[in-house]
Amino acid sequence: MGVVSWSAVADVLAALCLLGGALLAFAAGVGVVRFPDLLARMHSATKPQVLGLVLVLIGLALRLRSGPALWMLVLVAVFQMLTSPVAAHMVGRAGYRTGKVRQELLVVDELTADQDAARRAAGLDADGDPHGAHRS
Amino acid sequence: MSLHARRRRAAVQWPTLGWLTVVWVLLWGEVSVGNVLAGLLVALAVSVATPLPPIAAGGRVRPVACARLVGRFAVDVVVASFQVGVQAFRPRPPQSAVIGVRLRSSSDLYLTLTAELCSLVPGSVVVEAHRLTGTLYLHVLDVDGPEGIEAARRRVLEQEERVLRAFASDAQLAAAGLGAPRPSAPVTPEVHA
Repeated sequence: MGVVSWSAVADVLAALCLLGGALLAFAAGVGVVRFPDLLARMHSATKPQVLGLVLVLIGLALRLRSGPALWMLVLVAVFQMLTSPVAAHMVGRAGYRTGKVRQELLVVDELTADQDAARRAAGLDADGDPHGAHRS
Repeated sequence: MSLHARRRRAAVQWPTLGWLTVVWVLLWGEVSVGNVLAGLLVALAVSVATPLPPIAAGGRVRPVACARLVGRFAVDVVVASFQVGVQAFRPRPPQSAVIGVRLRSSSDLYLTLTAELCSLVPGSVVVEAHRLTGTLYLHVLDVDGPEGIEAARRRVLEQEERVLRAFASDAQLAAAGLGAPRPSAPVTPEVHA
């Protein structure tokens, strides 16, 4: 095999990776529209980046085939993986604390149960301290 | 461990300096004396201006367990990505649950690592972490009844076990009730989800 055919192979692989990544991003978009509540949408909004974006980056690396660009793509992937869980955590936590979570869509909700137990242990009733409960 | 570790005066953290310098050089795209020096200066400025508490690790890195952690993580991400992708097109809305999982180790570092890895695998996301009790609260997309909930709980604990086996010291492993590093032939029956 000559040099030309190797680059052709890399191009085909790059195309497959880019298409796969785009497909995952599309599924994520559909999820954001179709999922019923904040927490479920958050999965769609934050997750497909992990695999979808990594696939797109691999595709780019295979197509560009240059050192500096490759390292830049590695950095993008690393920072995506470091920051996306934190972003998802912050959205979920804020949703919980501002009452945006739809209890009726959850099969089990151990966080609310534990929070109620902690509140009872502290000597407040279930909706005690109406001014501070959802704000602190 | 103090709850207010960040109030302690931060000494120069060499690993942080090194990492920031590497990021700087990678961003510029070429290794040159000027780039490395400028990166060091920027890293120093950043770590003086925004000091972070040192990470109290005290563990050791086990290469084989690390490879197992990374490999299993990659498989999980690929499988779960497609599950969540398919879920988006299903007519029935997903049955979600919020579960609390009490981790076995009380270390901040392993709590954070476990939470990050669990969040990166599609289908589960950490919505609250309770540091004092070492409890993670996760939102799990699409669980199937009580068995599904137990399976999700087991996945988190297995994730923690892989993290601990990869990075924790023998003493920390023993404190978490995991005992000696896994022998080559498994003695206890293991559940693979």
